[in-house]
Amino acid sequence: MKKYDAIVIGAGHNGLTNAAYLAKAGLDVLVLEKNPYIGGATVSRSLYEGWTYSNCSYVCSLFRPEIYRDLELARYGLQIIPYEGGITFMKNGDYFGNYADDERHHREIARHSKRDANAYHRYTADVSRQTRLIRPFMMRTPPDPTSFKPRDVMELIYIIKTYWDLGEEILYDTIRFWTMSVGDFLDEYFESSIIKAHLAGAGIIGTALGVYSPGTAYVLLHHYMGDVDGTIGAWGFARGGMGSIAKALADAFQSFGGEIKVDAGVDKILVSNGRVKGVVLENGDEYHANTVVSNLDPKRTFLKIMEEKDLPADVVKKAKNFKIRGSSGKLNISLDGMPSFYAIPKDHELLKADFHFIDSMERMERAYDDWKNGTWSKDPYLDTLIPTQVDPTMAPPGKHMMTIFVQYCPPKVEGKDWTDEQRDAFGKTVIDQISEYSPDFKDLILHAEIRTPREMENEVGLTEGNIFHGELTMDQLLFNRPFPGYAQYRGPVKGMYMSGSGTHPGGGVMGAPGANSAKEILRDLRRKNTVPEAFSDE
Amino acid sequence: MTVREADKRVLQTPFHSRTSALCETNLWSPWKAYTVVDCYSVLTNEYFAIRNATAVFDLTPMTKYRITGKDGLAYLDKLMTRKMGKLSPGRVMYSVWCNDLGHVLDDGTVFHLKENHWRLCSQERHLDWLLATAMGFDVDIDDETDDVTGLAVQGPTSCQTLKTMNLQGVENLKPFQLKYFPFDGTELMVSRTGFTGDLGYELWIAPAHAETLWDALFAAGKPYGILPIGTHALDIVRIEAGFIQAGVDFVPALEVVRAGRGRSPFELGLDWLVQFDKPVFNGRKALLEEKEKGSRYRFVRLDVEGNKPANESFIYNGKKEIVGHVTSATWSPSAKMNIALASLDMPWGRTDDEIYTEVYYNRELQWNRLMARCRVVGGAFFDPPRRRKTPPLNY
Ligand SMILES: Cc1cc2nc3c(=O)[nH]c(=O)nc-3n(C[C@H](O)[C@H](O)[C@H](O)COP(=O)(O)OP(=O)(O)OC[C@H]3O[C@@H](n4cnc5c(N)ncnc54)[C@H](O)[C@@H]3O)c2cc1C
Repeated sequence: MKKYDAIVIGAGHNGLTNAAYLAKAGLDVLVLEKNPYIGGATVSRSLYEGWTYSNCSYVCSLFRPEIYRDLELARYGLQIIPYEGGITFMKNGDYFGNYADDERHHREIARHSKRDANAYHRYTADVSRQTRLIRPFMMRTPPDPTSFKPRDVMELIYIIKTYWDLGEEILYDTIRFWTMSVGDFLDEYFESSIIKAHLAGAGIIGTALGVYSPGTAYVLLHHYMGDVDGTIGAWGFARGGMGSIAKALADAFQSFGGEIKVDAGVDKILVSNGRVKGVVLENGDEYHANTVVSNLDPKRTFLKIMEEKDLPADVVKKAKNFKIRGSSGKLNISLDGMPSFYAIPKDHELLKADFHFIDSMERMERAYDDWKNGTWSKDPYLDTLIPTQVDPTMAPPGKHMMTIFVQYCPPKVEGKDWTDEQRDAFGKTVIDQISEYSPDFKDLILHAEIRTPREMENEVGLTEGNIFHGELTMDQLLFNRPFPGYAQYRGPVKGMYMSGSGTHPGGGVMGAPGANSAKEILRDLRRKNTVPEAFSDE
Repeated sequence: MTVREADKRVLQTPFHSRTSALCETNLWSPWKAYTVVDCYSVLTNEYFAIRNATAVFDLTPMTKYRITGKDGLAYLDKLMTRKMGKLSPGRVMYSVWCNDLGHVLDDGTVFHLKENHWRLCSQERHLDWLLATAMGFDVDIDDETDDVTGLAVQGPTSCQTLKTMNLQGVENLKPFQLKYFPFDGTELMVSRTGFTGDLGYELWIAPAHAETLWDALFAAGKPYGILPIGTHALDIVRIEAGFIQAGVDFVPALEVVRAGRGRSPFELGLDWLVQFDKPVFNGRKALLEEKEKGSRYRFVRLDVEGNKPANESFIYNGKKEIVGHVTSATWSPSAKMNIALASLDMPWGRTDDEIYTEVYYNRELQWNRLMARCRVVGGAFFDPPRRRKTPPLNY
């Protein structure tokens, strides 16, 4: 039987990135995917004729430009189109428009608070300072702070120096920033509740925490640390849907001779004498390799496709305690035309970006209360976009596709599994909220895909439907991701590695975990590194 | 006081009522006699209209010459470095033309409009040279810049837009083909040409019909993401396509004052346009000699390390000697590369040469400098297959 150099489990975008870099180094690599299609949470599928949905992730900013360039993804048709604008609709019929150009933005905030319009400059400078600090670490393996290996010590010194150079005050700010709540953070700058509500969204997306829970300021940063064509914090649409990213990565991987098998769910990683030897599929087929990479989240990796007996007890315990609570839902909708909104003229340019319908942090906190009580938010925070205003490929001309990300939606309803009726009721809650602001939205709906954490877990294999493969809190970031002692992509069994969003630098369509992991694997195999260095912002 | 039209500092194109109404930034620049928009609203949106949807660019200021007469083809064959014989009616050809030193006067497109009727489109003005070359040929040459106006309609949905405008059969136009369509009681000429390296067309019409054309186009393009674009967005895509521009990437030979500033087609990477298998053409002798003796310069397309555009930079060899300079540079949002066009001293710019560009960039008022390694690439930086497909795929 043929033996591969490496097997990657899961054709998510990180698994594909990982596989591409291994194959580029000359390894014979096999990617195994349980679904009949690739992409994982970076996927686009057509569920209603003429329309394409980005079924999970829907916008792109974090994807590392170094990978994009190095793997020549443009040649495989990938195009990321940045958007600007954004709007939060208010209960009183007004709105806040998030213009990208400074002056219009200033004028628009000033409509709500003159002081906030000016405070926004202080806010941007402070947030930029933090993003600037964190960005260089995306394409680096975190050091192990308990190790005395020269490489770890050097990396630790590098980190400490980066922060130390800033001076004491900024160091304190940074430590506070990494641990405080987005609500407290925004309260330090702004007085107007609509401005705070608009900005706070980025602090709770995908997170089972409320705007006033410690740690959410970092989540905001996580959404600001990407870029499109060098504009830090900008977001864009992947032309043709997020699946284009997975497709381009797969093409690049295959151009290096890699092989992908779909409909190939892995049942177990095979371990013998303390080292991996391959995998066995759910259908009983076996594939052998001395290097096996899991692109699944840490819980699935260690508790589902590995045997407890093959693992150190502390890893099993850490995997069991790993925080991966699901908190988000998603609706994808085919629309017969562009909806209109009471507050603004039809086809307003602000609608070309994200729009929201919750105008205070108090409402956001109440939405979180519902989740804590084991149900979906009755007045949810929505991150809504209509990419077809820009992308001509995802719906027929004049028709539109809407993507709605919903915070909060629990993995179980009051402790019990979701029923289809509950799922539909959840969908109705979302549609009703939008209809309060749009007279024709409901009538334009031709088809809707409603996804709760149940669907996300079943289809994509995200444990509890957690979109980031595990929460983005300090105890699970950097050298703690997924667990202390295992943050360098190596698993507890020789030859076993991790490449998914559950590893540093975490969730999002980023490619960095997959690339960093490939770098470590190639190092262990004494192969030439194929992973590019990060661009410098300086 | 009324000002005579000819005395105005800048002229308005026949599309001015439309372009000025849409120009939110009020950023304009002179282009030849006319004032044109640099950026209507948001540069990235205009850029991506070209690469994602339909972009419209006002071409009015392009210099245009009408060439008529039975000797037209023979005349053009003498003028151009490229063989014009295959340019049948309904076809367009890109070429350069040179002076007797073999230095490029300009590059441009020749449209064979109808039997014995051509149009030459270029950046610079050349009537004097065109007439000088016409001696002994039965041809008439006239500047028709102000008699014909044009719009470039470029991007992946451009064909759909034109189809929706009811230009029947436009999808069958092959690259470098042209066709006439009835429009607004006159003739609209459409050519599948452009300066973007993407799927795209150029629409040519008499100025009196300009506004009607604009309105029909924008009405048709609405579901296809149509957007007007300014010169800034166009400049990025033309660099991505690897296209050179007179006055930017080379000095038109007619204007050269200093020694060594002129460039031959070989020195602009345009070898493929020089066809020695025709006996006579302007500059042939000098170019033949250059081909034997070697050129002074090499024009290259560079993939520059890192992400900081290498505008106005020197190029160095491994020994830190200056061996050339960048003529155009940008970050390419479509190729996701840091790209540059550069003129190098011979023999530099061979595929394996170790060369660097010196990039200066400013961060919060502090200047920094870095040496970025460059890789010479062949062909366009961004070259989507839709550019060549006929009929174009739906986007
Ligand atoms: C609803 C939603 C919205 C999101 N929105 C955004 C967004 O807009 N922008 C953004 O940047 N990020 C977003 N994210 C996060 C982002 O999509 C993920 O962090 C990222 O896609 C994860 O990629 P991955 O490769 O690490 O893992 P995954 O994509 O989860 O890949 C894991 C793969 O493994 C496969 N698999 C599972 N079990 C097995 C098995 N036993 N055998 C074989 N294969 C298996 C799965 O099918 C899947 O293909 C969103 C996520 C979700 C769910």
